[in-house]
Amino acid sequence: MTSPRPTVVVTGLGATTPLGGTAEETWQAVLAGRSGAATLDESWVEEFELPVSFAAQLTVPAAEVLKKVETKRLDPFAQYALVAAREAWANAGSPEVVPERLASAVGTGIGGVQTLLTAWEALRTKGPRRVYPLSIPMLMPNSAAGTVSLEFGARAGAHTLVSACSSGAESIGYGAHLIREGLADVVIAGGAEASIHPLPISGFAAMQALSTRNDSPQTASRPYDTDRDGFVLGEGAAILILESEEHARARGANIICELAGFGVSADSHHIAAPEPEGAGASRAMADAVRDAGATPADLCHINAHATSTPVGDVAEVAAIRRAFGDDADHMAVSGTKSMTGHLLGAAGALEAIFSVQAVRDRVAPPTINIDNLDPAVTLDVVRDTPRPLGDGDLLVLDNSFGFGGHNVALAFRTFA
Amino acid sequence: MAYSDQDILDGLAEIVSEETGVDASEVTADKTFTDDLDVDSLSMMTIAVTAEEKFGAKIPDEEVKNLKTVGDAVNFIKANQPA
Repeated sequence: MTSPRPTVVVTGLGATTPLGGTAEETWQAVLAGRSGAATLDESWVEEFELPVSFAAQLTVPAAEVLKKVETKRLDPFAQYALVAAREAWANAGSPEVVPERLASAVGTGIGGVQTLLTAWEALRTKGPRRVYPLSIPMLMPNSAAGTVSLEFGARAGAHTLVSACSSGAESIGYGAHLIREGLADVVIAGGAEASIHPLPISGFAAMQALSTRNDSPQTASRPYDTDRDGFVLGEGAAILILESEEHARARGANIICELAGFGVSADSHHIAAPEPEGAGASRAMADAVRDAGATPADLCHINAHATSTPVGDVAEVAAIRRAFGDDADHMAVSGTKSMTGHLLGAAGALEAIFSVQAVRDRVAPPTINIDNLDPAVTLDVVRDTPRPLGDGDLLVLDNSFGFGGHNVALAFRTFA
Repeated sequence: MAYSDQDILDGLAEIVSEETGVDASEVTADKTFTDDLDVDSLSMMTIAVTAEEKFGAKIPDEEVKNLKTVGDAVNFIKANQPA
């Protein structure tokens, strides 16, 4: 039976992260169970006496990869997006696409916060004429999507989905939607974030959302551990090339896997706290599996949102149980933020890449730093070392949730 | 002390290069900002404000559009240097 709507496939991956300058370097570091967190070597940590003195910064600074004029004219989050998009595009074989059939969808949680604060400093100290004329186009949250559109001539639309820490995943889901609705053949989709700056750190710390394990950055992100105390702020970008199966086949592309399902919901419960019963999150997960034309029994692996916050991790466990019942027992659950830190608006996109790589390499990545598994975590968590996923068709899920009550789930499947 | 034409040209070349990525050696007096050096109106404002700070010559916003070539900018800055 032929599908009533276009099948969406993944044909390219690109990332710049706290674990590597490319998607594959990052994946190898994840499989090796490495942490990307370290003490910050920035004068502002002491200047402001920040309660958190570590984060997960890029291993390859954007300035080492981009032209000087690019770093001058783009906020760091858009720089990261450009780096990741160039890699993904090349990885997809630099496809020839009719510009009106090519779209970008690049989300961010916070956008150009560094540019905004630099411009404010210029205004305060030197006056309005010294505010850099590109400040507005640099700081706007859609600047990454616009930059990527400009770079590759994407004229079917340049979209920015902003849903805090689910922005990256939602952008990928939206990209799939564009292809399924026949509005584009190829979409450059993902997320980018560059918020390692004293203001966002202070804001998240004021919410008590960040780990304060300052004496041991590499063990600070510990999803599902009884002693978890918050997330570790990360930065970076992750971009996937999504393509209709027909377009990919016609050009003989290397199809990595299928993006089979997309589920999205909102809690309408609290602006920042997860709904403890997981009703909204479970609906997004169940919808993604249903959208893939599959059942929970088909699902073998979940890349969980698992940020290492006391409340969030167990709320997600409740949501997974609620969505999948006893079937959840045979799902290998991984919390890769234990290694990458939390890339906010890029997190869901990076974990989508890990999900694609998990399908491709038939292996679930590990979760590190669990010394004592929280008894409330009644799932099969992959700890310390990768776990083979076996033969046959694989269906995996990437969960992302965001302040605002956003829930997004993406399902990826082996492509036969 | 007053800047010579060459001082101003060298300083401008550095500013234009920094802003647009073109090689400083490309920035010569006969080049037009828009067509030859690919400077758009936003970059031109940045170049003007940066040059103001460097040479101390006030370049009013309404004057910026009259500076078609690098030579025009050198002459304007030279004529408007602080005494």
